[in-house]
Amino acid sequence: MMEIGLVHYLAVAAIIFSTGVFGIFVNRKNVIVILMSVELILLSVNINFVAFSTHLHDLGGQIFALFVLTVAAAEAAVGLAILVVYFRNRGNIAVSNINLMKG
Amino acid sequence: MTSFMSNLSSIGPEVALTVTALLLLVGGAMRGERASNLISWISVAVLVGAAVFGLKSAGAEPAQVFGGALILDKLALFAKTAILLSAALVLVIGAGFLQIEKIIKYEYAILVLLATLGMMIMVSANDLLTLYVGLELQSLSLYVLAAFNRSSLRASEAGLKYFVLGALSSGLLLYGMSMIYGFAGTTRFAGIADAAQLDASMGLVVGIVFVLSGLAFKISAVPFHMWTPDVYQGAPTPVTAFFASAPKFAAIVLIARLLLGPFADMMVQWQQVLVALSVLSMTVGYFGAIMQRNIKRLMAYSSIANMGYAMIALAAGSQRGLEALLLYMGLYLITTLGMFACILAMRQSEGMVENIDDLAGLSQSRPGLAFSFSMLLWSIAGLPPLAGFFGKLYIFLAAVDGGLLWLAIYGAVLSVVGAFYYLRIVKIMWFDDPGPSFVTPAFVLPLTAGVAAFFMLPGAVWLLPALERWAQAASASLF
Repeated sequence: MMEIGLVHYLAVAAIIFSTGVFGIFVNRKNVIVILMSVELILLSVNINFVAFSTHLHDLGGQIFALFVLTVAAAEAAVGLAILVVYFRNRGNIAVSNINLMKG
Repeated sequence: MTSFMSNLSSIGPEVALTVTALLLLVGGAMRGERASNLISWISVAVLVGAAVFGLKSAGAEPAQVFGGALILDKLALFAKTAILLSAALVLVIGAGFLQIEKIIKYEYAILVLLATLGMMIMVSANDLLTLYVGLELQSLSLYVLAAFNRSSLRASEAGLKYFVLGALSSGLLLYGMSMIYGFAGTTRFAGIADAAQLDASMGLVVGIVFVLSGLAFKISAVPFHMWTPDVYQGAPTPVTAFFASAPKFAAIVLIARLLLGPFADMMVQWQQVLVALSVLSMTVGYFGAIMQRNIKRLMAYSSIANMGYAMIALAAGSQRGLEALLLYMGLYLITTLGMFACILAMRQSEGMVENIDDLAGLSQSRPGLAFSFSMLLWSIAGLPPLAGFFGKLYIFLAAVDGGLLWLAIYGAVLSVVGAFYYLRIVKIMWFDDPGPSFVTPAFVLPLTAGVAAFFMLPGAVWLLPALERWAQAASASLF
């Protein structure tokens, strides 16, 4: 039987974090996918915090994770609001069309 | 309970800002758009009042409040005064623009208040958690401000770009914080300092690199600058003025506090990162600006380059470096706000104009404004005998002191490139054939530009030593 230790949690978090970052850069289609990637990044950080917190027997990390959750909710609300405003003006939310200003 | 109340009273300015923002939000919701002007002026009064009230505690000993989550020292006081006053000035010089463009809403002043509150928390953070919460309060308010002109496609695109890249940077920052927490075992700066002194482990190095890249987004250091020109161009001009001033100051002070405080013993590791960021920022900032026709995009590249110079001072890692940084950023704030007052005055009979060529012949139609603008450009280009020259000089001296001679030489050489495009604007104003002239601006705009230009003139000799003494006292609080 393999024991699940700190390293495994950190590895999972690192994989989710990279998925999120790649999601932002590789995705050329839809801004909603970017919002989902941002959530993935924040959740991977939470896994890190909780794993470290349990490992260190220190509650600070879990409190931090709760703060991250609240801020993530606020961030999603603000992001969706800006997206709605953008959609009203532009008529679509394709990433490749966000190119009005350049240079 | 008493200790909670005494903690609360020691952060009076922050509490005042919070309560005012919440009350004004309720007031605005009840009275609607009619109250916009009143709310805006109340906000200005509270911002100035908070700055004055904060200065009353200037003689107090540095104190940690809320169990060490916040620190109140001279550095925080210096930064807070600068932030509060520049936020108030942005509200004052932007009022006319919002009125004429008919985009004035009562939320505008409240968002500026909340962003300012976030910045005040950032500069007195003494714990990764307070740092994060302050930074997010500031960023979330700024995302909304960027997209504030709801009916404009450009503004909403600017807001969207800023949001996506800002959220990514917050993610990087947080990931770094989680690594620091894991390897230091605490989020308090004092505990992190102990851990860093004991052993600069790989985890801490990875953590500080992630945190630095997250914060580099906020000060728009290259290679994390992609959002800056687009957001500066797309956002309404008063909002751009705000972006270019207070948030930059808050973020650079935050970086200084983090690097020179808990990570002072890992200077070998972070110095390389800062030197790389600084060289790239100066290069891209100055060479990128040469091709720009739009004055707001040009200001974006100018702020990127100026942040490069600020990072030279930080990379020196000494008290002298921090002092030079604060002095430089103080002058940068005054110059930037003065220049944006000039940009806000660029209105012809058919509307706002933003191209550099529209400034042609300004010296004939508005000689006073043209003179102030020229002095500010002259100063930010770093040409003697204006104050901007001394700002750069202090930075180069600190860099040489810290063993970064080549970086100082590189910065000095590049400022010649900068002088080229700053002085090109001066040439357009004074020597090009006049185009359509500008309509008479609200009197506060030339006044702001004039006062800012006056501070840059060698006649205002008393300003530089005063600012220097203050920067010296502030920088002593980290050493």
